[in-house]
Amino acid sequence: MILVANIIIALFILVGVFFTVVTVVGILRLPDVYTRAHAASKSATLGVLGILIGVFLHFWWIKGHFSIQLLLGSVFLFITSPVGGHLMSRAAYMSGVKPTDLTVGDDLGEAIGEQKSHEEE
Amino acid sequence: MNIFIWICLIIIFLSMLGTLVRVFKGPSTPDRLIALDGIGVMLISIIALLSIAFDTIFFIDVILLIAIMSFIGTVSFSKFIEKGAIIDRDTRR
Repeated sequence: MILVANIIIALFILVGVFFTVVTVVGILRLPDVYTRAHAASKSATLGVLGILIGVFLHFWWIKGHFSIQLLLGSVFLFITSPVGGHLMSRAAYMSGVKPTDLTVGDDLGEAIGEQKSHEEE
Repeated sequence: MNIFIWICLIIIFLSMLGTLVRVFKGPSTPDRLIALDGIGVMLISIIALLSIAFDTIFFIDVILLIAIMSFIGTVSFSKFIEKGAIIDRDTRR
């Protein structure tokens, strides 16, 4: 029974480590600040969620200690990490970082142009 | 099980070093900010795995503290990059 529990915990931790490695590859290899923000926020959230769920199950099933701090931490990270990614990419756009040449659409630029034309009227 | 935990810790530590390369090399300031946020998230994973490796539950309280501090740092830095000030009286974004 301990063996099955250890295998499930190791699977969760392996998924977390895999997504952490995906985060590093995305941050180092992608060409643009917006694509890097996308890779960092999404896959880092999944990676840390996998590792925290694995640690929570380890302390619950092996040690018999129901840790409410780990549940609270994983819910907090699940809410705040995508919000942080959105804020950072919005700040990058407002401070004038140019997207790469491969970008095909720019909806936020059109919306900001419309708002400025409304304010001038 | 213990050897597996230490191997995962070494992999996450190497990925922290790889993210640090982007902090030093990044062409613009938001690049460095994104890489620093990623380092904070990886630090949380390292602390959670260390609490298994050292077999103690007292490291887990640190996770919430680092998560809250990292989010506050991200929000204030992005506000500073966007407007040039952290606290001001302008109500428009």
